[in-house]
Amino acid sequence: MSAVAIRVEKLGKQYRIDGQPARYRTIRETLMQSLQASVHRAAGWGRSQNRPVSSPYELLWALREVSFEVQHGEAVGIIGANGAGKSTLLKLLSRITEPTEGSIDLYGYIGSLLEVGTGFHPELTGRENIYLNGAILGMSRASIRSKFDEIVSFAEVEKFIDTPVKHYSSGMYLRLAFAVAAHLEPDILLVDEVLAVGDAAFQQKCLHKMSDVTQEGRTVLFVSHNMGAISTLCRRAIWLHKGRLAQDGAAAPTVTAYLNAGSATSGRKVWAVDERPGNRSFTLTSVTLKNAAGEIVSEVYLSETITVEVEFEVTEPGTKVVLSLNLWDAHGSEVFSSLSNTADNPYHGRPLQPGRYCSQCVIYGNLLNEGRYYVTFIGVSGYWSDGFRTDYALAFDALEDGVLKRDYPGRYGGVLRPKLVWTITPR
Amino acid sequence: MAFTPESQTAVPRLPHVHIEPSHGWASLRLADLWAYRELLYFLIWRDIKVRYKQTVLGVAWAIIQPLCTMIVFSLFFGRLAGMSSDGVPYPLFSYAALVPWTLFANGLNQASNSLIDSANLLKKVYFPRLVIPLATVLSGWPDFLVALVLLVPMMLFYGLTPTWHIVWLPLFLLLTLSTALGVGLWLSAMHVQFRDVRYAAPFFTQLWFYASPIAYPSSHIPEPWRTLYGINPMAGVSEGFRWALLGVETTPGPMLAVSILVALGLLSSGAYYFRRMEKIFADVV
Repeated sequence: MSAVAIRVEKLGKQYRIDGQPARYRTIRETLMQSLQASVHRAAGWGRSQNRPVSSPYELLWALREVSFEVQHGEAVGIIGANGAGKSTLLKLLSRITEPTEGSIDLYGYIGSLLEVGTGFHPELTGRENIYLNGAILGMSRASIRSKFDEIVSFAEVEKFIDTPVKHYSSGMYLRLAFAVAAHLEPDILLVDEVLAVGDAAFQQKCLHKMSDVTQEGRTVLFVSHNMGAISTLCRRAIWLHKGRLAQDGAAAPTVTAYLNAGSATSGRKVWAVDERPGNRSFTLTSVTLKNAAGEIVSEVYLSETITVEVEFEVTEPGTKVVLSLNLWDAHGSEVFSSLSNTADNPYHGRPLQPGRYCSQCVIYGNLLNEGRYYVTFIGVSGYWSDGFRTDYALAFDALEDGVLKRDYPGRYGGVLRPKLVWTITPR
Repeated sequence: MAFTPESQTAVPRLPHVHIEPSHGWASLRLADLWAYRELLYFLIWRDIKVRYKQTVLGVAWAIIQPLCTMIVFSLFFGRLAGMSSDGVPYPLFSYAALVPWTLFANGLNQASNSLIDSANLLKKVYFPRLVIPLATVLSGWPDFLVALVLLVPMMLFYGLTPTWHIVWLPLFLLLTLSTALGVGLWLSAMHVQFRDVRYAAPFFTQLWFYASPIAYPSSHIPEPWRTLYGINPMAGVSEGFRWALLGVETTPGPMLAVSILVALGLLSSGAYYFRRMEKIFADVV
């Protein structure tokens, strides 16, 4: 059966960015503002009409002119950089906030999982929270009751079901929260990055559940930074860029297009001043890939040692900088991540004074496999707080140079292809 | 089993939701509220459960609050000041009005903070937002019931028996809840934008307390002023509870009619104002 499940037409959402840091206001501020405005008007008389009126707010379109249709039974991944409008789209679809323009038509019961454990109360027991959370997510009491045992066994919390959840470990808490959400049986499921929680085993379980849901023929819209999960779970992907629809098509080519677009393929990425990723303590200014000879390259040979240099500017005195290099492969799977806290130099872990610094990360030869890789960075300051991440900053191709391969004619399987120690002795 | 082609093709019609920007005053969407009645039930149940789990004295608080106020009032107003009490013992006179007042004041104050306290829900899940203040106001019922039951031994002690007026009690209870919800809707929606409400609401409630005939009778006020006094719906509630429970002679009559009209006005204006502000809740809270 092919019928429209979601129709989005020229959807737009505008946010006001108030000048003040606080998002809410007090009555005094409102009174003062309207008072000031009327004083200005009175003082300006008729002339004020000729002057451009400066708006007290900055306006930002989080989403604009987005149109697409999703058929029943389709699983669609929503990809894009931070702030591209992915979460705004899900919030509009799940009716949490209202669009500024355009329209949405939804056919079927909608379940949205923008966060697991919404509405969980620490004082209530696991059993009580299952009922409460189920009701919040829109399940009827009868359907919660009928799925109760299944939820409890999925979450593996049988023994603690009558214990208040404040005594749960964070893992148990997440498992229970996800279990309730996973047993929601809507026609259309909206999911936002909920899989990015919990331990590896639990994430695997969540992915299995997600793929079951898509195979049951439900309509799923799935927002994630995990390109690997998008490629495996979804056949189609929608790429949002700065609030607009950049590409809509089969998952694999869309993911590749997205990964290539954000990354510099010249071996060096320099951010414009207003686009620098960072937090209030420090910002990244550029990322450069160099080969063994110190040249800036976008193609490296498998056996050579390469260096990724990241330049950053410290703006707050006393900032302790920690960086993490994360490498992704062409399918969007994370190959590895490496933290700078192992750095063996006098600058690491020290409070830095404002100024420019350069951090180097050396990746040994004979580690990667053939193909395209993407580099992202995560920056953290202070005591593992205030983190930020870059989108895919650099793309490079690892090329075969035959050093490890010798006379083997085929391709190596696997994501990595490390040089290991082999011996053969007679027995 | 006979094969029927209809059963093959009968696809249940899927619910259709159309979303577009709303302008001006939104409709109340009461049908939507009805569809989420189970959520309302669970939120009320959660509020009650959590309240009793977190307090040491638990349900005793339901009695302590009106009982202590009654004792203090009886000492100072009843004994020292010799306040008249419409021919019934002063402790009964004040307690009968304190019971609905406690329900009202707690409901109002909790409702005014309710949206801020559930910010996380507002930002993550859709449901008719009216459910939240409604649940906080309605979750006061066990406390109210306990405090009301305490009136029985008190009346026995003073040798008073309820009259047939008691059948009207549900009406006065409804009036109390409507007033609390009406004002609670206004305050909760304002609270999302203006954080002053957190400090203003308790103060406002206290002023309201003294403006209501709880420690004193309204029978002192000559007509037509007494009828006009009904503009404060809690005047109608206080007099109504005394009339229904204690059988005082002063029938609230026209004053009650005014109170009911004002309460309905508060409730409907509150509901429309709330719905109008609702679209910005998730963005601002």
